[in-house]
Amino acid sequence: MTSRPWRHATFVLGGAITAALLATAGLSLVYTPADPLAMSIGARLQGPSGVHPFGTDQFGRDILSRVMTGAVTSIAVGVIAVGIGAVAGVLLGLASGWLGGWLDEAAMRLVDAVQGFPAILSALLFTAVFSPGIVVSMVAIGIAFVPAFARLARGGVLELRAREFVVAARALGARDRRLLFRHVLPNTLAPLIVQATTSFPVAILAEAALAYLGLGTQPPNPSWGLMLREAQNFLGMNPWFAVFPGGAIALTVLGLNLLGDGLRDLLDPKAA
Amino acid sequence: MRRYLARRGAAFVVTLFLVSVLVFVVIRVLPGDPALLIMGTEGSPEAADRLRQAMGLDRPLALQYGRWLGDALRGDLGRSIQYDVPVAGLIVSRLPVTLPLTLMAAALMVLAALPVGLYAATHHRRAGDYVGMVVSQLGVSVPQFWSGLLLILLFSVHLGWVRAGGFEGWGDGVWPGVRSLLLPAVALGFFQAAVLARATRSAVLDVLREDYVRTARAKGLTGGRVLVKHALANALIPVVTVAGLQLGQLLAGSIVLESVFALPGLGRLALGAIAARDLPVVQGVTLFVAATIVLVNFLVDLAYAYLDPRIRYD
Repeated sequence: MTSRPWRHATFVLGGAITAALLATAGLSLVYTPADPLAMSIGARLQGPSGVHPFGTDQFGRDILSRVMTGAVTSIAVGVIAVGIGAVAGVLLGLASGWLGGWLDEAAMRLVDAVQGFPAILSALLFTAVFSPGIVVSMVAIGIAFVPAFARLARGGVLELRAREFVVAARALGARDRRLLFRHVLPNTLAPLIVQATTSFPVAILAEAALAYLGLGTQPPNPSWGLMLREAQNFLGMNPWFAVFPGGAIALTVLGLNLLGDGLRDLLDPKAA
Repeated sequence: MRRYLARRGAAFVVTLFLVSVLVFVVIRVLPGDPALLIMGTEGSPEAADRLRQAMGLDRPLALQYGRWLGDALRGDLGRSIQYDVPVAGLIVSRLPVTLPLTLMAAALMVLAALPVGLYAATHHRRAGDYVGMVVSQLGVSVPQFWSGLLLILLFSVHLGWVRAGGFEGWGDGVWPGVRSLLLPAVALGFFQAAVLARATRSAVLDVLREDYVRTARAKGLTGGRVLVKHALANALIPVVTVAGLQLGQLLAGSIVLESVFALPGLGRLALGAIAARDLPVVQGVTLFVAATIVLVNFLVDLAYAYLDPRIRYD
């Protein structure tokens, strides 16, 4: 295939948006235009202005500052949820593919069963017995990622376990753990990295949805989904309140999706 | 084919069993004592004891599970604490909202995604392809509940064409019900349509590169005939897989959209039950939704075998 300027542009644009997101999150740790928690009843539900570029919420808090700090929550939940899904899924998939037999069969049925629980459903289940919060979000979203990672890792093992270099390493006396983590896992890493990248925006969308439903991040912690939950009650009075946090989610997810697409093309030329 | 069916069927039964175990473990085992969880700190020890007995919590876990599963298989999901009616009845009473919402969104998804995906694939690397892909890239980036809010903002706050939410029911004919589900179905379907359009495009592109498509063209078939008879028929296999998996996502997504549009469906039933610590309802709804998703995935497997003879004779 010839050069692919379009795909390259995708990657660069995605990278730029993602870098801006990270920079915003980092900046919000040391500086926000206003205190994101400071209320000002006199300045409630204002539209965008010089003082409050994104306007204010129902307590007169600065929406721009709150959107900035919300980025930290999104990134943290995204990273940890994908981490949970990747570690649990990869370990399950490696064990399943390596051990084979009825254990493999049982593990795959478990993966099928877990697939019946999208993040929202697990979160419903968990909040029924634990109090809602950011941890429930992370775990519920992470669980939803387990099947994809498990299947990829298992597929990698099945493909590689009979290959010469693995058989040779085994003949040289390498034990299971070494074979799996030194020889098999590194060679299945590319699709796993792509999966992690494409899962990240999904996690951010899920975190926002859970917070919106009241099952995830709780006030006063800043979260884009939570802001939209509050904004819905004031749609008629200050529509901007709903526009900016949602726009932040969409832009972030767009950037990460573009980055993921670009990365997939770079790491896996076959799929391009 | 029969062997394939038997194998997939057995796997499906095992999967359903595991789904029930997962729900049971989270609701009955993880909290330690569900009776205390339901009563909070207000209940007297005697009342907690009575509740434990009524719920069968004083028996060994395996026995509790066996009884719960047996009841569930007979359609008995226990009694709601909050409403004091059977949970199964509550679930059934909410289906006329959740099910049509999911199906309308699915229909919108397919109707929007297939033409866009096909057009983009047949106009590969031309303007239409890029426009289609940019739109779908935006589509997969917009949270469903936010597009729901924006639709409310546009159509009810600004234009005043529709009410901002609520469900008018199916009592006065089909239209009032459809009307109250239309905006949420659009918000729900648009996101998934973007996903499906991208999947359709890449599936059709893959097929268009195949030798048999070139052969079909070489023997003089028209473009449309090649596309429908050869390309689409074969591209359908991955497309059906993606669409099937998306049905589960649509069902889960309807839980969120019900909240945005104040629709009395399964999602709102579960959210209300959480606020009221009505564990049997949460347990029943999650079991029902998860089992439905697993069932849909199973049906996708079967459709897959039907569409692709290679799998049947494996």
